[in-house]
Amino acid sequence: MNVAETIKEKKHREFLSTNTDFEVRSLDTMCVNESELKHPVWHNLKYLAMGILFGIILVKSEVISWFRIQEMFRLQSFHMYGVIGSAVIVGIISVWLIKKFKIKTMYGEAIEFVPKKFNKGNIYGGLIFGFGWAMTGACPGPLFAQIGTGASVIFITLLSAIAGTWVYGYLREKLPH
Amino acid sequence: MNFMEWVQQPWPWYVAGPLIGLIVPVLLIIGNKSFGVSSSLRHICAACLPAKIPFFKYDWKKEIWNLFFVTGIVIGAFVAFQFLNNQQPVAINGTLVNDLDKYGINNLKGLVPTELFNWASLFSIKGIILIVVGGFLVGFGTRYAGGCTSGHAIMGLSNLQFPSLVATISFMVGGFIVANLLIPVILKM
Repeated sequence: MNVAETIKEKKHREFLSTNTDFEVRSLDTMCVNESELKHPVWHNLKYLAMGILFGIILVKSEVISWFRIQEMFRLQSFHMYGVIGSAVIVGIISVWLIKKFKIKTMYGEAIEFVPKKFNKGNIYGGLIFGFGWAMTGACPGPLFAQIGTGASVIFITLLSAIAGTWVYGYLREKLPH
Repeated sequence: MNFMEWVQQPWPWYVAGPLIGLIVPVLLIIGNKSFGVSSSLRHICAACLPAKIPFFKYDWKKEIWNLFFVTGIVIGAFVAFQFLNNQQPVAINGTLVNDLDKYGINNLKGLVPTELFNWASLFSIKGIILIVVGGFLVGFGTRYAGGCTSGHAIMGLSNLQFPSLVATISFMVGGFIVANLLIPVILKM
């Protein structure tokens, strides 16, 4: 390992411990950006491309189907359990490999994993989301996908989900965590 | 069977699941991003209506990758549904087909039942519960839980996070309750 790399890693660690914006985010969201590198906006097109792939997979595997979700919650098919289960297994192996071989990003940054702290919201919020999942047949990713398939009224569901997120933010201090 | 016919078939779980799992390392390697979708809803709030709420006061522009990602989902779903689709009804369990038929739901061609999810049904109690209330619970619940199916069930479990396991079990319990006890009541409305 050369010295330049260690300095880069040390700086990255300092960034993670002093960046207050990150501290706020790490409490609340899994889907965060651990990179402090600044790139031109067009670099985001690679995430657009990944989103397109994800959208195609969601449609082709029918996991965004309201019918498949009902089937899953009625234990009438293995399909959804197979999709989520095999995705998790591949994910576990990938994360394990990244940690074991200290695989870096394509920009040479160390890949960061932020541990989640347990709070009661994991249970209460989880149950509430489960209620909504069974009703709409969609979690947030599939909401976007259903709109893409032309189910235009799902745009209302999406607006309602944004409103739900906003109301959570508004009531946050009063809710048990 | 030619290539297009093959592509247009629904993909089995053992193809789709591992592909979804691979999104986790790819997002990490191309830019240190943790897979997750529900945060995009928070970024939209932060961008459009932060209203001085501390929860929405952060640099959402730093997370703009997540908005590109969800825009991609819309485009990808459009492409798959328009061009990679054989227009066959979804092959769900026969018991469910019969159950839904009793409630007048028999168009299995789309991804959502068109009898329930259409603009006119916004004027019925059934439609308001499924479309508006359901959506609200998804947005409120995922943020309260700190993530959704992608952020907790896939990314969180991939990183062996205990809170994600608790959240995933809670998602499933909530879904079992509503799908088995409440949906039959709602459909009767």
